[in-house]
Amino acid sequence: MTIPSVLTPFVLKESLRVPGGAVYDEILPAGRGWSREIARGQTFRIVDLEGNQAVDTLFYNARDPDERYSAVDTIRAQGNIYLTTGTRLMSCDGRPMLRIVADTCGRHDTLGGACSAESNQVRYALEKKHMHSCRDSFLLELARLGRGMGKRDLPSNINFFMNVPVTPDGGLSFADGVSASGRYVELGAEMDVLALISNCPQLNNPCNAYNPTPVRLLIWDAP
Amino acid sequence: MRPLDASANANANVNGDMGGVAETLRGGQAWSRRLARGQILRLIDPSGTACVSALFYNARDPWERYNMADTLKAQYTAFLTAGRVLYSDMGRVLVSIIDDTCGWHDTMSGCGDLASSQARFGPGRYQELRNEFHRNARDNFLIELSKRGLGKRDIVANVNFFVRVSVGDDGQVRWMPGNSRPGAHIDLRCEMDTLVVLSNTPHPLDPGRVYGPPAVEISVRAATAPAGERDPCRVSRPENGRGFALTEAYLGELETEGTRPGAGPSSMAPPAVGS
Repeated sequence: MTIPSVLTPFVLKESLRVPGGAVYDEILPAGRGWSREIARGQTFRIVDLEGNQAVDTLFYNARDPDERYSAVDTIRAQGNIYLTTGTRLMSCDGRPMLRIVADTCGRHDTLGGACSAESNQVRYALEKKHMHSCRDSFLLELARLGRGMGKRDLPSNINFFMNVPVTPDGGLSFADGVSASGRYVELGAEMDVLALISNCPQLNNPCNAYNPTPVRLLIWDAP
Repeated sequence: MRPLDASANANANVNGDMGGVAETLRGGQAWSRRLARGQILRLIDPSGTACVSALFYNARDPWERYNMADTLKAQYTAFLTAGRVLYSDMGRVLVSIIDDTCGWHDTMSGCGDLASSQARFGPGRYQELRNEFHRNARDNFLIELSKRGLGKRDIVANVNFFVRVSVGDDGQVRWMPGNSRPGAHIDLRCEMDTLVVLSNTPHPLDPGRVYGPPAVEISVRAATAPAGERDPCRVSRPENGRGFALTEAYLGELETEGTRPGAGPSSMAPPAVGS
């Protein structure tokens, strides 16, 4: 099997924004859900504090959550399955929601989806059902929001800092991460969005280097 | 939504005689049907150039639905073919691919919509074209889902039968010409009562500039037997063995529910599937 991560040079782009100017700056521990509205023009940064932490993420139009992030529309719009600087995150209505404006990791996944108790049973063992999962965090966070959102509002998500290479002959694998301590991805909101995150608690595959760790979330206002 | 229990179903005669269910899906046409566990849906590509976009739901509880990511990662694959199964987002098998003479079916490139259709083919309005107007998959999905109390929130990453989209080492996606061939077919065996929604419309990455999706043939028949211990889809991966076990446990749960006095679908609260 070929190893695209070795063959493909990642384009890394740093940001000039400094944390001191952020209007929001919080640490999200592993295994926790998070949601927050991000206004058009604001910039959102996710920092992989300790390295190789998968951050499962969805975005909704904050005014009409029926319009939401679409992995397949995003892939088609840019003709590429990997997300990095310049990627426009597209909605199911074919509209740009956010744009990746800086990225010091270089590749993010949107095919691998979010882990769940049930998919853990299928993938690893029937006895894994008790383990915490991203989909549980998503569901709890949506329930807490009180906007009437639930399971039907979970389409395919983004996995920031996760590496899921696909080969030309149709192989798919979960490879060791390409991220490292302090790497980040930064997104500019092109509409008012509701962000939904599960800081992944997966212990069964290398997406978190078997050690789920905290991430830092920052938001800046438009300059 | 009512479960597809043949004894309680108004279509019992149709479901009991599978020889009778065969249809032609015209170019542009949408289709949906609740299929019972054990039924086999065959899709035939007479022209060798078809694209049939598809969504799958648990017919009883449609908030359980096809999940691209769970399907791909459980089987360590980026495409669908014989021996593989389509997983729901609850770790269960909706349908198994028991036969496939095409060899590659896509599930990571989504479906066409009005904007992509107009950009490639022009306006294609009903006003001028009457029923030859340019239908697209997303609008077809919305129509079929709406007829069943479902809607926009229920559209997820779909399957595109007879389509191959290849991914280069750099992640670039490419629509591959000549993937199917005239007369190719795929057989999908339902492992639970499944709502199937189809759209026979152009794939959005097909470079063709003339709107003209070819006709597709559909037939439904009964399986000779449920997936046994050595069923090729069950044993193709250890993950699928567990997926079938979870599916069978769920079906057992439904049977138990159905045997309680006063229980069963008619006494259940209607599913909250309206918007």
